[in-house]
Amino acid sequence: MAKIAIKVKVNGVERSAEVEARLLLVHFLRENLRLTGTHVGCDTSHCGACTVVLDGRAIKSCSVFAVQADGREILTVEGLEQDGKLHAIQEGFFQEHGLQCGFCTSGMLMTGYAFLENNSNPTDDEIRHAISGNLCRCTGYVNIVKAYQYAAAKLREGGEQ
Amino acid sequence: MIPRSFEYFAPRTLEEAVSLLGELGQEAKILSGGQSLIPMMKLRLATPPYIIDINRLPDLNYISELNGFLRIGALARESDFEVSPTIQSRYPILMDTTVVIADPLVRNQATACGNLAHGDPANDHPATMLALGASIIAIGPNREREIPIESFFTSLFTTALQPDEILKEIRVPIPAPLSGGAYLKIKRKVGDYATAGVAVQITLNGAGVCHRAGIGLTNVGFTPLKAKETEAFLIGHTLDDATIKRAAEIAAGEAQPIDDIRGSAEYKRDLVRVLTARALRLALKRAKGGT
Repeated sequence: MAKIAIKVKVNGVERSAEVEARLLLVHFLRENLRLTGTHVGCDTSHCGACTVVLDGRAIKSCSVFAVQADGREILTVEGLEQDGKLHAIQEGFFQEHGLQCGFCTSGMLMTGYAFLENNSNPTDDEIRHAISGNLCRCTGYVNIVKAYQYAAAKLREGGEQ
Repeated sequence: MIPRSFEYFAPRTLEEAVSLLGELGQEAKILSGGQSLIPMMKLRLATPPYIIDINRLPDLNYISELNGFLRIGALARESDFEVSPTIQSRYPILMDTTVVIADPLVRNQATACGNLAHGDPANDHPATMLALGASIIAIGPNREREIPIESFFTSLFTTALQPDEILKEIRVPIPAPLSGGAYLKIKRKVGDYATAGVAVQITLNGAGVCHRAGIGLTNVGFTPLKAKETEAFLIGHTLDDATIKRAAEIAAGEAQPIDDIRGSAEYKRDLVRVLTARALRLALKRAKGGT
């Protein structure tokens, strides 16, 4: 099959590549761009470990083809930190012990990033619904909810971003 | 998991998409949200040699009321429903439906039109659209046609769409005053398909008597089911406890569930009974202006 030329802005940087149509976005990020912070978990669109933000919306990059991202903007976990400073959501996970093994964390962070952009004053219930597509097998979610609340408070203060 | 190789097309106009589909024939698959198609391709349950990606077509992402109908464009995402003021204020049944589909990340990609076009009896919008009396606008090489929802689901994973047609729009008649609806679904966990689901849409007259009823059932048959006997029974009745109880029993009788990993046929039939009663009560409350 002929390869298809795509141009994608990833974490603010324009990237171009020639890819097979069947290449999944998550494989493009991990293997072509070597951005391995985005994880492959279940590979069946259940677990959310592969979550990235595509044009402002959190999506599962294992269930989108790379060619679909042509001309669009992607934010991955590598793009959260700015000028050596953690994003509020990252700081929240650090402060509230929002992770143990860390496998789900990049997905949790990206879902949280997009969620808090639209709702910086969430209830715990809203957070639990927001992360219902991201599975964590370590924490029981309690500290993840706390981490989101930490980040929300920080964003409300205007401390970050 | 890696899908089989395919040839990819991303047309920029609807005309181009329709003409491509006409050329490539039934081996081509339309990609909209892709949240059913792409997982199926990864599992190689689907191995289409041609993919026509309609995501770059203009003017198909809308949810709006116009000339007596709520119109849902082919590229309206599930998550667009959740933030649509029209849906929030006037279509609680559609809000009920959207929020129980998959999970928020999948809903950011998935489309309601795709949810119908996939023809999966386990999908949620089909029952709701059956209850609402919607119709499907299909566009093919020579014409656009309107398909009533009750003749859309022809068999398992098969719809009335012809191989050269694209589902362009869902059209829902704007409910009359004193209408109310609800969709209730029992699932084992977030992201699961329904063990059973029931959609109800009723309209009352000034005296509180039901004069229109639509009922759709999810995942209790080889297609989404329209509970016609239950609908017919409700018309002309006041929805008191006895009527609701009887209607729920009739709906349970109309379900055609099978034993599977989600439960026995008997259990699912009973779920239809319970959910029908609950959905009728909620629809009645909403028809009277409650939430």
